[in-house]
Amino acid sequence: MHKDHVNLDALIYKYRDQKGALIPLLQEVQDLEGYLNPDTMRYISAKLDIPVAEIYGVATFYSMFRLKPQGKHIIRICKGTACHVSDVDAIKTALMDYLKLGQGEDTTQDFRFTLVEVACLGCCSLAPVIMIDDHTYGKLTPDAIAGILDKYAY
Amino acid sequence: MEKTIIKVGLASCGIAAGAQEVYDRLEAYLAENPLPVQLKQTACIGMCFEEPVVELSGMPQGSITLGKVDADNIIPLINEYIQGGTPASHVILAENCDAPRNELLASQQRIVLSNCGVIDPTSLEDYEAQGGYEALRKALAMTPEDIISVVKDAGLRGRGGAGFSTGVKWSFARVAPGDKKYVVCNADEGDPGAFMDRSVLEGDPHKIIEGMIIGALAIGADEGYIYCRAEYPLAVHHLNIAIQAATAKNYLGQDILGSGLNFTLKVKEGAGAFVCGEETALMHSIEGKRGMPTIRPPYPSESGLWELPTNINNVETWANIAWILLHGAEEFRKMGTKDSPGTKVFALAGKVAGSGLIEVPMGINIRDIIYKVGGGMKSHLPFKAVQLGGPSGGCIPESLLDTLVDYESINATGAIMGSGGIVVMDTGTCIVDVARYFLNFTQNESCGKCTFCRLGTLRMLEILTRITEGKGEMEDLKRLEDLAVNINKSSLCGLGQSAPNPVLTTLRYFRDEYIAHIEEKRCPAKVCSALLSYRIVEDKCIGCTLCARVCPVNCISGSVKNPHVIDQELCIRCGECFKACKFDAIVRE
Ligand SMILES: Cc1cc2nc3c(=O)[nH]c(=O)nc-3n(C[C@H](O)[C@H](O)[C@H](O)COP(=O)(O)O)c2cc1C
Ligand code: FES
Repeated sequence: MHKDHVNLDALIYKYRDQKGALIPLLQEVQDLEGYLNPDTMRYISAKLDIPVAEIYGVATFYSMFRLKPQGKHIIRICKGTACHVSDVDAIKTALMDYLKLGQGEDTTQDFRFTLVEVACLGCCSLAPVIMIDDHTYGKLTPDAIAGILDKYAY
Repeated sequence: MEKTIIKVGLASCGIAAGAQEVYDRLEAYLAENPLPVQLKQTACIGMCFEEPVVELSGMPQGSITLGKVDADNIIPLINEYIQGGTPASHVILAENCDAPRNELLASQQRIVLSNCGVIDPTSLEDYEAQGGYEALRKALAMTPEDIISVVKDAGLRGRGGAGFSTGVKWSFARVAPGDKKYVVCNADEGDPGAFMDRSVLEGDPHKIIEGMIIGALAIGADEGYIYCRAEYPLAVHHLNIAIQAATAKNYLGQDILGSGLNFTLKVKEGAGAFVCGEETALMHSIEGKRGMPTIRPPYPSESGLWELPTNINNVETWANIAWILLHGAEEFRKMGTKDSPGTKVFALAGKVAGSGLIEVPMGINIRDIIYKVGGGMKSHLPFKAVQLGGPSGGCIPESLLDTLVDYESINATGAIMGSGGIVVMDTGTCIVDVARYFLNFTQNESCGKCTFCRLGTLRMLEILTRITEGKGEMEDLKRLEDLAVNINKSSLCGLGQSAPNPVLTTLRYFRDEYIAHIEEKRCPAKVCSALLSYRIVEDKCIGCTLCARVCPVNCISGSVKNPHVIDQELCIRCGECFKACKFDAIVRE
């Protein structure tokens, strides 16, 4: 089963008596392990006496949760209205080219980056916008992509 | 010697434009060169198109605001100011002389945004210095019923979209039976193209908190939640700092300022689901469940969080409360219109020159927002449409630009006031593509509970996609309209009910553009790639071979210094050659 129960147990302990704690718990577990793996969800289910189906239901409902291993850095590309009318699709193409991602792929083979789409990053006046981890980049052009991504070493 | 205060705008928009580098550079410079200067951070003043923005004050020439600064030019700029000068090139606002954006700020009326870009949002003292928490002290001396009647008399309407009377909503929660009640702040702001709430959350978190404490006193709640979307990490961070500071000063917590009343507040982060902005879904999400909407009634005021009476309001609604308490209902009603009093914050984005945040009195018309406050169009292309209300709203054409900004007038156009996102589009934007974009969004975000919302939107999306690919038929327009009516009728929550709006308004105002796609197989805005073709103009092509080299499918042939040709059979219409050509020798038709 699980390799590293200590950290996981500590998180479960932290949220054990809080009401409505499942989502923040899963968020922290994901921060810890990079994604929500089925064994982990089963483990949480047994510890907190919440049906696995409920945990899985929550994990699949929200787009923040990932059920597959993800890259070290998360690139969120904005698909909001302002970015859409500012041709964010050209930025996406540049990203996919740089990351060598094919259709339907979101994570690079070396697990350096995962590319996800989000609805709006709230920096619409700087459209088109992407966010890498917690940093937002605006007024992008396809040419700028390589220079930005090069800064994120493995 | 006078002391200069330097304030760097460190909201997410500023940071994205490079403000953190400017701040770090200043910090390093001041560490080496002791100057009579105080370096502070603030948030977003709303002029996002001028970011990074730095304000300088304290010298006899008065305060000035600089735009588009960077880590390289900031040092000479501040030195010039400290020596008594006003650096002409970067000034956007100035207290004592003309500056390009003075009028832009003067045309606004700022209640909600009054502190944004002015105070350090991480400093409670800064907020108090602007009169912060005085409204709370006043409220503590009032009865709950009196607080509610002030809010009712002010006529404040919910800024989250629907525009329901806030005072009336509070009175329902007040009279609902039960000892345990909750207040909730809806900071989910999922509407793509809108960022009003983010700016307030990042720039003035105490204003929201103070409003919530007053609301809690009024309805008798002792616990509250701010449900903030996870895409706003800086907002969550500033909220948590503010809650901690307010608790330390006993504005929050037990026995608030010796009144015997208790109120604790927590931030709950969303996890990425647009439908969680809907109030019943939001509450399920706070409870740790899937955020699926449920039927109302019962309304949250009777049965909300954990089935207890709950009052939920939007960020901007909460941010109006302290002002109303402090200045009274009558002052509030002096702004705006009879049925929509007060101001509204709008996020201007898209093809408008002055994109950013503005706060204007209700009753202003849309034309003035775009051309006066927003500075007109950004590019040489003319105006085409303005999108209000995001995925639940609609596109308004030029002919309706004189529509007044109040809940009823905007509804009459088929759009909605929504939360305040305004996306301006020029003739380079394809209306059918925009409609398809929104349908794609709602289709993705539908929680799947109602069949029509889940499948009806999918059918609409398929039809729209077909039209943008030149495979549509006239009958499709009728199909879209039929589906729209049925989706609206048979969806449980606002997401589905309003999902057809972007299609209905564009069909109403831009039907010709749909017809051009269907009958002429032509996209007038030259956006829909399947309907475009590329051709090389022989006498403009000098045979530089660049197009042939960028073409991903090798469909361009020709020898050096001779005109090239595109093989139309093989061309995938990606437009790479068009973008690459330096001689305007490739035309897109
Ligand atoms: C699909 C959907 C999304 C919504 N998103 C938001 C939102 O992001 N922010 C918000 O304040 N209200 C949103 N609302 C409206 C809320 O349900 C609710 O009306 C509002 O929070 C009430 O606050 P108010 O009276 O202060 O406007 C949404 C409604 C629907 C149907
Ligand atoms: S639309 Fe991209 S940041 Fe808002």
